[in-house]
Amino acid sequence: MAVTVKIPTQLRAVTGGVSEARVEGGTVAEVLDGLFAQFGELRERISDEDGTLRRFVNVYLAGEDIRFLDGVATSVPDGAELTILPAVAGG
Amino acid sequence: MAAERLKCKECGTGYPLEARYVCERCFGPLEVVYDHGAAVDVAALRRRIQGGPEDVWRYADFLPLAGGPPGPSNHLASRAGLPAGWTPLISADRLAAHLGLREVWVKNDAANPTHSFKDRPVAVASARARELGFRALACASTGNLGNAVAAQAAALGLPSYVFIPADLEEQKVLGTGVYGANLFSVNGNYDEVNRLCTELSAEHEDWAFANINMRPYYAEGSKTVAYEIVEQLGWELPDRCIVPIASGSLFTKIHRGFEEWLELGLVAGTVPAMNGAQAAGCAPVANAFAAGQDFCQPVKPNTIAKSLAIGNPADGPYVLELARRTGGGVDAVSDEQIREGISLLAQTTGIFTETAGGVSVAVLSELARRGEIDADERVVLVITGDGLKTLDAVRGSFHTHEIEPTLDSFEATIAQAIA
Repeated sequence: MAVTVKIPTQLRAVTGGVSEARVEGGTVAEVLDGLFAQFGELRERISDEDGTLRRFVNVYLAGEDIRFLDGVATSVPDGAELTILPAVAGG
Repeated sequence: MAAERLKCKECGTGYPLEARYVCERCFGPLEVVYDHGAAVDVAALRRRIQGGPEDVWRYADFLPLAGGPPGPSNHLASRAGLPAGWTPLISADRLAAHLGLREVWVKNDAANPTHSFKDRPVAVASARARELGFRALACASTGNLGNAVAAQAAALGLPSYVFIPADLEEQKVLGTGVYGANLFSVNGNYDEVNRLCTELSAEHEDWAFANINMRPYYAEGSKTVAYEIVEQLGWELPDRCIVPIASGSLFTKIHRGFEEWLELGLVAGTVPAMNGAQAAGCAPVANAFAAGQDFCQPVKPNTIAKSLAIGNPADGPYVLELARRTGGGVDAVSDEQIREGISLLAQTTGIFTETAGGVSVAVLSELARRGEIDADERVVLVITGDGLKTLDAVRGSFHTHEIEPTLDSFEATIAQAIA
């Protein structure tokens, strides 16, 4: 199933300027793995050594923070939009 | 200037002093690093501060402007921006006595141009934004920041774009719109507004979003609360500070202000115990503190303390670390306790605070009740905003006597009231 992933400006240096990617995957984790397969350097930017997302990374599925869903195990419907954003804004 | 560069709080990567807020290597937050030189002449520095203007710019040595304070030094000019800061520190003896404490001081930041502490960070963010050549100010706001950004932009003659959640108090909406801001009421909670603005800031790179692309500079403005407390206590530190927590930025920067002056020798002693205050209806940091966690699980806010209704607090992990390290804590109080806190402060000090201040008072009351404040402690309660911004919170909290315009009517009514 194909999903659109929106990539924030701060990460576009490692995607060659690409702001949106089409990725296959049935869960958030699978989509992220697919994204890392396309852009190898992305993994270390937003994941810790053990593969979990860094604490200042927010991931949204159709606008909802995945921590209100099932985290990276959240299933992702075909055609959905996943957005990666910095968490340090606001307040 | 003393500001040297931006540095990632997580991995230490350095960046020039530009409009950026996120580390490209690890997504950590960036903060301003200063170089005050090898030998600081403490006496000279104190004299310079004391001879400065009665606003945040008396602390220009500790703020990230390249060109020094904007505008003339000791009189007000709207083109130089609104004069934020230098608010009263009031000895609250009757409040202390009521709580069985020895010494309580109220830092009344309602006494700012738009009646909340947000004028401080906005003064710094807008001045830095002008240095960087921005032509518009913007923000995601729970209300107070919107007021501050809209007013500051009006003073400076810049357009502003303010994004707020749709359920804000009417007073805060009116207190933004009146300044001619482009005001967007977003059908969602603050965290959704913040997500939208994070995306927007990438699309509108010519806008200075106070709390997004300008966040490292903006946050520095809150250090001035700590500097003023020290100066107003006669160059001494309090033992404990009670600070309300929304994103956690104010809390971490008040701590940083104390720490910075200790490092430079401007004040002696130890960093105060830092106690954070949240509403039970939005307590991601208090929950994590109670659970012994070093991260915050986001929540969906539901509280009358709307200015603190951030379910996904950006600085939450740092608040947890500092609260533990300083021997403080993070507590949450109910909406009922918040209302009681507003009344208690009003009736013992004459200060009418908004709901966020009620949260701080209620947490102070809780700490006193639990015996967690030593008998000889000097406590500072940070009151961040004015009660006129959240009038619904006190509606129904007192009785108004309705009488005819006659002496008989008055006498009969008061006799009945006393009985």
